[in-house]
Amino acid sequence: MPGQFEPLPGGGAAVALDDVEISIIRSLAVQLLELIGPGPAEDASDDPLAELFAEGPSEPPSDPVLRRLFPDAYGDPEGTPQAQEAEEQRAHSAEFRRYTENDLRAGKRDSALAVIRGLDAVASRSAGEDGAVLKLSADESRQWLGALNDLRLAIGSRLEIADEDDTDLLYRLPDEDPRKPMVMAYLWLGGLQESLVATLMP
Amino acid sequence: MGCVTAAAPMEIEKTESAEEVFAVPEPDVPWVTIVHNDPVNLMSYVTYVFQTYFGYSKDKATKLMMDVHHKGRAVVSSGSREEMERDVQAMHGYGLWATLQQDRK
Repeated sequence: MPGQFEPLPGGGAAVALDDVEISIIRSLAVQLLELIGPGPAEDASDDPLAELFAEGPSEPPSDPVLRRLFPDAYGDPEGTPQAQEAEEQRAHSAEFRRYTENDLRAGKRDSALAVIRGLDAVASRSAGEDGAVLKLSADESRQWLGALNDLRLAIGSRLEIADEDDTDLLYRLPDEDPRKPMVMAYLWLGGLQESLVATLMP
Repeated sequence: MGCVTAAAPMEIEKTESAEEVFAVPEPDVPWVTIVHNDPVNLMSYVTYVFQTYFGYSKDKATKLMMDVHHKGRAVVSSGSREEMERDVQAMHGYGLWATLQQDRK
Protein backbone atom coordinates (compact mmCIF):
# COMPACT_ATOMS: atom_id res chain seq x y z
CA MET A 1 0.00 0.00 0.00
CA PRO A 2 1.50 3.37 -0.94
CA GLY A 3 2.29 5.80 1.87
CA GLN A 4 2.05 3.11 4.54
CA PHE A 5 4.88 1.47 6.41
CA GLU A 6 4.81 -2.31 6.41
CA PRO A 7 6.71 -4.42 8.93
CA LEU A 8 9.72 -6.28 7.58
CA PRO A 9 10.32 -9.89 8.57
CA GLY A 10 12.96 -9.91 11.31
CA GLY A 11 12.28 -6.30 12.38
CA GLY A 12 12.28 -2.92 10.76
CA ALA A 13 9.83 -1.44 8.31
CA ALA A 14 9.55 -0.46 4.65
CA VAL A 15 7.55 2.08 2.70
CA ALA A 16 7.33 2.96 -0.99
CA LEU A 17 7.88 6.68 -1.57
CA ASP A 18 7.74 8.57 -4.85
CA ASP A 19 10.08 11.46 -5.68
CA VAL A 20 7.62 14.15 -4.58
CA GLU A 21 7.04 12.44 -1.24
CA ILE A 22 10.79 12.07 -0.71
CA SER A 23 11.37 15.74 -1.43
CA ILE A 24 8.51 16.89 0.84
CA ILE A 25 9.75 14.91 3.85
CA ARG A 26 13.34 15.95 3.17
CA SER A 27 12.49 19.61 2.88
CA LEU A 28 10.43 19.54 6.10
CA ALA A 29 13.23 17.72 7.95
CA VAL A 30 15.78 20.28 6.74
CA GLN A 31 13.54 23.13 7.93
CA LEU A 32 13.19 21.46 11.31
CA LEU A 33 16.97 21.05 11.56
CA GLU A 34 17.45 24.73 10.78
CA LEU A 35 14.92 25.67 13.42
CA ILE A 36 16.50 23.44 16.09
CA GLY A 37 19.88 24.93 15.26
CA PRO A 38 23.43 23.65 15.31
CA GLY A 39 24.80 21.81 18.31
CA PRO A 40 27.27 23.32 20.77
CA ALA A 41 29.96 21.39 18.85
CA GLU A 42 29.78 23.99 16.13
CA ASP A 43 30.71 26.77 18.51
CA ALA A 44 34.34 27.74 18.36
CA SER A 45 35.59 25.71 21.28
CA ASP A 46 38.62 23.45 21.26
CA ASP A 47 37.80 21.91 24.60
CA PRO A 48 35.67 18.77 24.29
CA LEU A 49 34.86 18.96 27.98
CA ALA A 50 33.46 22.45 27.63
CA GLU A 51 30.79 21.04 25.38
CA LEU A 52 29.97 18.35 27.87
CA PHE A 53 29.38 20.89 30.59
CA ALA A 54 27.89 23.60 28.40
CA GLU A 55 24.67 24.90 29.88
CA GLY A 56 21.59 25.26 27.79
CA PRO A 57 19.30 28.28 27.66
CA SER A 58 17.17 29.22 30.65
CA GLU A 59 14.49 31.13 28.78
CA PRO A 60 11.76 29.43 26.74
CA PRO A 61 12.32 29.74 22.97
CA SER A 62 10.47 32.60 21.29
CA ASP A 63 9.41 30.50 18.29
CA PRO A 64 6.09 28.72 18.97
CA VAL A 65 7.30 25.52 17.29
CA LEU A 66 10.36 25.36 19.54
CA ARG A 67 8.24 26.24 22.57
CA ARG A 68 6.09 23.21 21.77
CA LEU A 69 9.12 20.95 21.23
CA PHE A 70 10.80 22.20 24.41
CA PRO A 71 7.99 23.11 26.81
CA ASP A 72 8.32 24.32 30.39
CA ALA A 73 8.75 21.37 32.77
CA TYR A 74 7.11 23.09 35.73
CA GLY A 75 3.74 24.77 35.86
CA ASP A 76 0.13 23.73 35.42
CA PRO A 77 -1.11 24.81 31.97
CA GLU A 78 -4.61 25.19 33.39
CA GLY A 79 -3.61 26.55 36.75
CA THR A 80 -3.68 30.13 37.97
CA PRO A 81 -0.77 30.16 40.39
CA GLN A 82 -0.17 32.92 42.92
CA ALA A 83 2.65 35.30 42.04
CA GLN A 84 5.14 33.57 44.30
CA GLU A 85 4.27 30.10 43.03
CA ALA A 86 4.47 31.28 39.40
CA GLU A 87 7.89 32.75 40.06
CA GLU A 88 9.03 29.47 41.64
CA GLN A 89 7.78 27.47 38.64
CA ARG A 90 9.49 29.85 36.25
CA ALA A 91 12.78 29.46 38.12
CA HIS A 92 12.51 25.65 38.21
CA SER A 93 11.62 25.52 34.50
CA ALA A 94 14.62 27.71 33.72
CA GLU A 95 16.95 25.44 35.66
CA PHE A 96 15.49 22.32 33.99
CA ARG A 97 16.02 23.95 30.60
CA ARG A 98 19.67 24.74 31.35
CA TYR A 99 20.40 21.09 32.04
CA THR A 100 18.18 19.37 29.47
CA GLU A 101 17.51 21.51 26.42
CA ASN A 102 20.88 20.95 24.75
CA ASP A 103 20.45 17.18 25.03
CA LEU A 104 16.87 17.33 23.83
CA ARG A 105 17.87 19.44 20.85
CA ALA A 106 20.69 17.00 20.06
CA GLY A 107 18.26 14.06 20.12
CA LYS A 108 15.80 15.75 17.79
CA ARG A 109 18.64 16.86 15.52
CA ASP A 110 19.92 13.27 15.29
CA SER A 111 16.47 11.94 14.37
CA ALA A 112 15.96 14.58 11.67
CA LEU A 113 19.44 13.85 10.29
CA ALA A 114 18.68 10.12 10.20
CA VAL A 115 15.60 10.88 8.12
CA ILE A 116 17.57 13.04 5.68
CA ARG A 117 20.33 10.44 5.37
CA GLY A 118 17.80 7.66 4.75
CA LEU A 119 16.01 9.68 2.08
CA ASP A 120 19.26 10.62 0.35
CA ALA A 121 20.34 6.98 0.28
CA VAL A 122 17.07 5.84 -1.22
CA ALA A 123 17.01 8.74 -3.71
CA SER A 124 20.50 7.95 -4.98
CA ARG A 125 19.61 4.28 -5.43
CA SER A 126 16.47 5.15 -7.35
CA ALA A 127 18.04 7.74 -9.68
CA GLY A 128 16.17 7.73 -12.97
CA GLU A 129 13.14 5.93 -11.57
CA ASP A 130 10.23 7.56 -9.81
CA GLY A 131 10.67 6.73 -6.18
CA ALA A 132 11.83 3.66 -4.38
CA VAL A 133 11.24 1.50 -1.38
CA LEU A 134 12.72 2.89 1.80
CA LYS A 135 13.83 0.15 4.18
CA LEU A 136 14.50 0.91 7.84
CA SER A 137 16.09 -1.17 10.56
CA ALA A 138 14.26 -1.27 13.91
CA ASP A 139 16.60 1.43 15.27
CA GLU A 140 16.09 3.60 12.21
CA SER A 141 12.33 3.08 12.54
CA ARG A 142 12.43 4.50 16.06
CA GLN A 143 14.38 7.53 14.86
CA TRP A 144 11.95 8.06 12.01
CA LEU A 145 9.03 7.72 14.40
CA GLY A 146 10.40 10.50 16.61
CA ALA A 147 11.24 12.70 13.64
CA LEU A 148 7.82 12.25 12.03
CA ASN A 149 6.26 13.20 15.34
CA ASP A 150 8.47 16.30 15.64
CA LEU A 151 7.57 17.29 12.07
CA ARG A 152 3.86 16.94 12.81
CA LEU A 153 4.23 18.93 16.04
CA ALA A 154 6.04 21.63 14.08
CA ILE A 155 3.41 21.79 11.34
CA GLY A 156 0.59 21.57 13.88
CA SER A 157 2.10 24.50 15.72
CA ARG A 158 2.45 26.54 12.50
CA LEU A 159 -1.16 25.71 11.59
CA GLU A 160 -2.14 26.73 15.14
CA ILE A 161 -3.86 23.45 15.88
CA ALA A 162 -4.75 23.94 19.52
CA ASP A 163 -7.62 21.50 20.04
CA GLU A 164 -9.51 18.68 18.37
CA ASP A 165 -11.96 21.11 16.76
CA ASP A 166 -9.10 22.74 14.88
CA THR A 167 -8.16 19.36 13.42
CA ASP A 168 -11.74 18.82 12.26
CA LEU A 169 -11.74 22.23 10.60
CA LEU A 170 -8.58 21.38 8.68
CA TYR A 171 -10.30 18.43 7.02
CA ARG A 172 -12.89 20.81 5.60
CA LEU A 173 -10.60 23.56 4.29
CA PRO A 174 -11.53 24.74 0.80
CA ASP A 175 -8.97 23.95 -1.89
CA GLU A 176 -8.04 27.61 -2.39
CA ASP A 177 -7.05 28.07 1.28
CA PRO A 178 -3.33 28.93 1.48
CA ARG A 179 -2.93 26.45 4.34
CA LYS A 180 -4.19 23.57 2.22
CA PRO A 181 -0.79 22.19 1.06
CA MET A 182 0.54 22.24 4.63
CA VAL A 183 -2.62 20.54 5.87
CA MET A 184 -2.29 17.84 3.21
CA ALA A 185 1.30 17.23 4.30
CA TYR A 186 0.23 17.15 7.96
CA LEU A 187 -2.49 14.58 7.36
CA TRP A 188 -0.30 12.47 5.09
CA LEU A 189 2.55 12.44 7.66
CA GLY A 190 -0.01 11.40 10.28
CA GLY A 191 -0.93 8.35 8.21
CA LEU A 192 2.70 7.55 7.66
CA GLN A 193 3.45 7.83 11.39
CA GLU A 194 0.38 5.78 12.30
CA SER A 195 1.54 2.92 10.07
CA LEU A 196 5.09 3.14 11.44
CA VAL A 197 3.89 2.98 15.08
CA ALA A 198 1.94 -0.16 14.19
CA THR A 199 5.16 -1.89 13.04
CA LEU A 200 6.88 -0.99 16.35
CA MET A 201 4.12 -1.83 18.84
CA PRO A 202 5.52 -4.10 21.54
CA MET B 1 35.02 17.62 73.36
CA GLY B 2 31.95 15.88 74.59
CA CYS B 3 29.32 14.44 72.38
CA VAL B 4 27.70 16.60 69.77
CA THR B 5 24.34 17.85 70.83
CA ALA B 6 21.40 18.93 68.83
CA ALA B 7 21.90 22.51 69.90
CA ALA B 8 21.95 24.98 67.03
CA PRO B 9 25.51 25.47 65.76
CA MET B 10 25.58 29.21 66.03
CA GLU B 11 28.72 29.64 63.98
CA ILE B 12 27.23 28.25 60.78
CA GLU B 13 26.41 31.02 58.41
CA LYS B 14 22.83 31.25 57.35
CA THR B 15 22.91 31.26 53.57
CA GLU B 16 19.28 30.69 52.74
CA SER B 17 16.81 33.52 52.68
CA ALA B 18 13.58 33.23 54.59
CA GLU B 19 11.65 32.70 51.34
CA GLU B 20 13.82 29.80 50.28
CA VAL B 21 13.39 28.08 53.60
CA PHE B 22 9.66 28.58 53.30
CA ALA B 23 9.68 27.11 49.77
CA VAL B 24 11.49 23.89 50.68
CA PRO B 25 8.99 21.13 49.90
CA GLU B 26 8.14 18.41 52.34
CA PRO B 27 10.49 15.57 51.46
CA ASP B 28 7.94 12.80 51.94
CA VAL B 29 5.45 14.23 49.46
CA PRO B 30 6.10 12.44 46.18
CA TRP B 31 6.40 14.11 42.82
CA VAL B 32 4.41 13.14 39.77
CA THR B 33 4.87 13.37 36.02
CA ILE B 34 1.79 14.64 34.22
CA VAL B 35 1.22 14.25 30.48
CA HIS B 36 -1.12 16.82 28.97
CA ASN B 37 -3.45 16.36 26.04
CA ASP B 38 -2.58 17.84 22.69
CA PRO B 39 -4.43 17.41 19.41
CA VAL B 40 -1.35 16.53 17.35
CA ASN B 41 0.08 13.43 19.02
CA LEU B 42 -1.51 10.24 17.74
CA MET B 43 -3.32 8.08 20.29
CA SER B 44 -1.38 5.04 19.07
CA TYR B 45 1.91 6.92 19.44
CA VAL B 46 1.14 8.06 23.00
CA THR B 47 0.25 4.47 23.94
CA TYR B 48 3.48 3.28 22.29
CA VAL B 49 5.52 5.78 24.33
CA PHE B 50 3.92 4.72 27.63
CA GLN B 51 4.60 1.06 26.82
CA THR B 52 8.11 1.60 25.55
CA TYR B 53 9.47 4.12 28.02
CA PHE B 54 7.67 3.10 31.23
CA GLY B 55 7.33 -0.58 30.32
CA TYR B 56 3.59 -0.45 31.06
CA SER B 57 1.27 -3.18 29.79
CA LYS B 58 -0.81 -2.44 26.73
CA ASP B 59 -3.91 -2.14 28.94
CA LYS B 60 -2.34 0.29 31.39
CA ALA B 61 -0.73 2.35 28.62
CA THR B 62 -4.02 2.53 26.73
CA LYS B 63 -5.95 3.57 29.86
CA LEU B 64 -3.45 6.36 30.61
CA MET B 65 -3.61 7.51 26.99
CA MET B 66 -7.42 7.62 27.16
CA ASP B 67 -7.22 9.63 30.40
CA VAL B 68 -4.92 12.12 28.68
CA HIS B 69 -7.29 12.27 25.72
CA HIS B 70 -10.58 12.61 27.62
CA LYS B 71 -9.58 14.26 30.90
CA GLY B 72 -6.88 16.43 29.38
CA ARG B 73 -4.12 14.99 31.53
CA ALA B 74 -2.91 11.89 33.34
CA VAL B 75 -0.37 11.15 36.04
CA VAL B 76 1.96 8.71 34.32
CA SER B 77 4.61 8.18 36.99
CA SER B 78 5.54 9.17 40.53
CA GLY B 79 8.69 9.22 42.60
CA SER B 80 11.45 11.56 43.63
CA ARG B 81 11.83 14.94 42.01
CA GLU B 82 14.99 13.78 40.21
CA GLU B 83 13.21 10.72 38.82
CA MET B 84 10.31 12.85 37.62
CA GLU B 85 12.64 15.32 35.94
CA ARG B 86 14.15 12.37 34.10
CA ASP B 87 10.71 11.18 33.02
CA VAL B 88 9.65 14.66 31.91
CA GLN B 89 12.83 15.04 29.89
CA ALA B 90 12.17 11.67 28.25
CA MET B 91 8.57 12.66 27.45
CA HIS B 92 9.80 15.90 25.87
CA GLY B 93 12.25 13.82 23.86
CA TYR B 94 9.30 11.81 22.53
CA GLY B 95 7.41 15.03 21.81
CA LEU B 96 4.80 14.55 24.54
CA TRP B 97 3.82 17.58 26.57
CA ALA B 98 4.72 16.77 30.17
CA THR B 99 5.26 18.63 33.44
CA LEU B 100 6.16 17.58 36.96
CA GLN B 101 4.76 18.76 40.24
CA GLN B 102 4.46 17.73 43.84
CA ASP B 103 1.52 15.46 44.42
CA ARG B 104 -0.54 17.78 46.64
CA LYS B 105 -3.99 16.34 46.86
